Amino acid sequence: MKHYLLSVMQPVGEPPAPEVLEEIMHNLDVFHAELRAAGAWVFAGGLHGPETATVLRANDGDVLITDGPYTESKEYLGGICLIKAPDLDAALEWGRKATLATTLPIEVRPFMGEAED
Amino acid sequence: MTAHAGNTEHTGDLGHPDNAAIEAAFRAEYGRAVAVLVRFLGDIDLAEEAVQDAFATALQKWPETGVPPSPAGWIITTARNRAIDRLRRESTREDRHAQAARLYAPDPPAEEGPVRDDRLRLIFTCCHPALAPQAQVALTLRLLGGLTTPQIARAFLVPEATMAQRLVRAKAKIRDARIPYRIPRGADLPDRVKGVLAVVYLIFNEGYGGREDLCAEALRLGRLLAELMPDEPEVIGLLALMLLVEARRPARFAPDGELITLSDQDRSRWDGALIAEGQSLVRRCLRRNQPGPYQIQAAINAVHSDAPTAAATDWGQILQLYDQLSALTPSPVVALNRAVAVAEVEGAGQALALVDALDLDGYPAFHAVRADLLRRLDRHTEAVRAYEAAIALTENPAERAYLARSRESLVRRAPG
Repeated sequence: MKHYLLSVMQPVGEPPAPEVLEEIMHNLDVFHAELRAAGAWVFAGGLHGPETATVLRANDGDVLITDGPYTESKEYLGGICLIKAPDLDAALEWGRKATLATTLPIEVRPFMGEAED
Repeated sequence: MTAHAGNTEHTGDLGHPDNAAIEAAFRAEYGRAVAVLVRFLGDIDLAEEAVQDAFATALQKWPETGVPPSPAGWIITTARNRAIDRLRRESTREDRHAQAARLYAPDPPAEEGPVRDDRLRLIFTCCHPALAPQAQVALTLRLLGGLTTPQIARAFLVPEATMAQRLVRAKAKIRDARIPYRIPRGADLPDRVKGVLAVVYLIFNEGYGGREDLCAEALRLGRLLAELMPDEPEVIGLLALMLLVEARRPARFAPDGELITLSDQDRSRWDGALIAEGQSLVRRCLRRNQPGPYQIQAAINAVHSDAPTAAATDWGQILQLYDQLSALTPSPVVALNRAVAVAEVEGAGQALALVDALDLDGYPAFHAVRADLLRRLDRHTEAVRAYEAAIALTENPAERAYLARSRESLVRRAPG
């Protein structure tokens, strides 16, 4: 088995209307339950917006602290889901379910090395 | 084509009969051997190295011992032994441990087993949708066709370093993201077959302008797919389409290299055997009554190859087939090709009205078709301008030569 990271790519701007958001959260719960039932679940969580980010930079043995995200862009990392899957096809199948549940683009990336079963 | 090993090319003496036999074995068996070794080793790079080692050994040994009765078996066994030797030598290295352990497992996969499935698995791995389309084509040519990186780079007009990097990246993604080495299951299959067919047809079209070797490669892959998936009508349709188009190659170019269009070709030079094979495949897949774009395009080409002269072409039937194709896969390019049939059935005026409504300004064939229709309507000045637009957009020298001559003949005929 391998670990894959599913990243939720969220657009900058207003969140969807409450009734839309409610449906998305429900679909996400269903998706997470399915991951757990299949034994593919490792971890998942949503992130606060980029305005809550702080960046630390090493600078000649000192550390610089700046307010705000590392890069400004039209999309940001809105949340992650860490899964265990035997191969990319299996991981993409979970990614397919994740994009349908969130209605947002999902980036799938393998971790280095093998996952303990 | 010369046998090669990785980045070093072993150029054999082509005049020597044994070397010619090795060349032939290389052409025929490279993809199969790589496919089997990928299953055995679980690593594409190792599999390629092992197979190239085996062919290098064949170049030394076969001239003395003669070509063995089963060249593929010999290559696969030798490659496997080479890989085992190499892994044994390097098995102290951490990352080789797992592979070495697999090879010493009590029940190693038999190399004489489902060899054909191995090649199919490799095609589906090369054409995985998680790889960029260009990488899919390049990998398929490399791993199944045995083409060298410089050959593939030349075919796609990119620098060798770019192509090498593309191949390395694709192979690394297969390994690191763990793209599976298998034929997709049930529900996924039709979708994935589509990608595989698109790659094979792209390779064929790349060769259509004059690269005979690429057409031959695409035909070989097409035959392989048809043999492996005889129940997929679109697979048969694509093979039929390629055979019928390939049959016209001997008549498609003038001695000076200029393109000769379908209507002007000497039909006695068409390859009758390829036409017969293509037509029987068209009949076979159409009987299944699951029409798809490749089958319909094959049927259109079957109608062309039925006609003893250009004038005897059944354009009514071709137009009906284009109607079907437009319904199935509507696109401006299909509409343009349909307009060519409309010109024959309803006249150039009707066809020109259809063509002028299309948004294909950057597409050379759009201007070439317009030019021909304007010429037929005696609007010569506009036709010359359209030929000029087509020439400016066309890169293929044979097509450019044809367009230039068509424009010249108009300039001479039309005063002003």
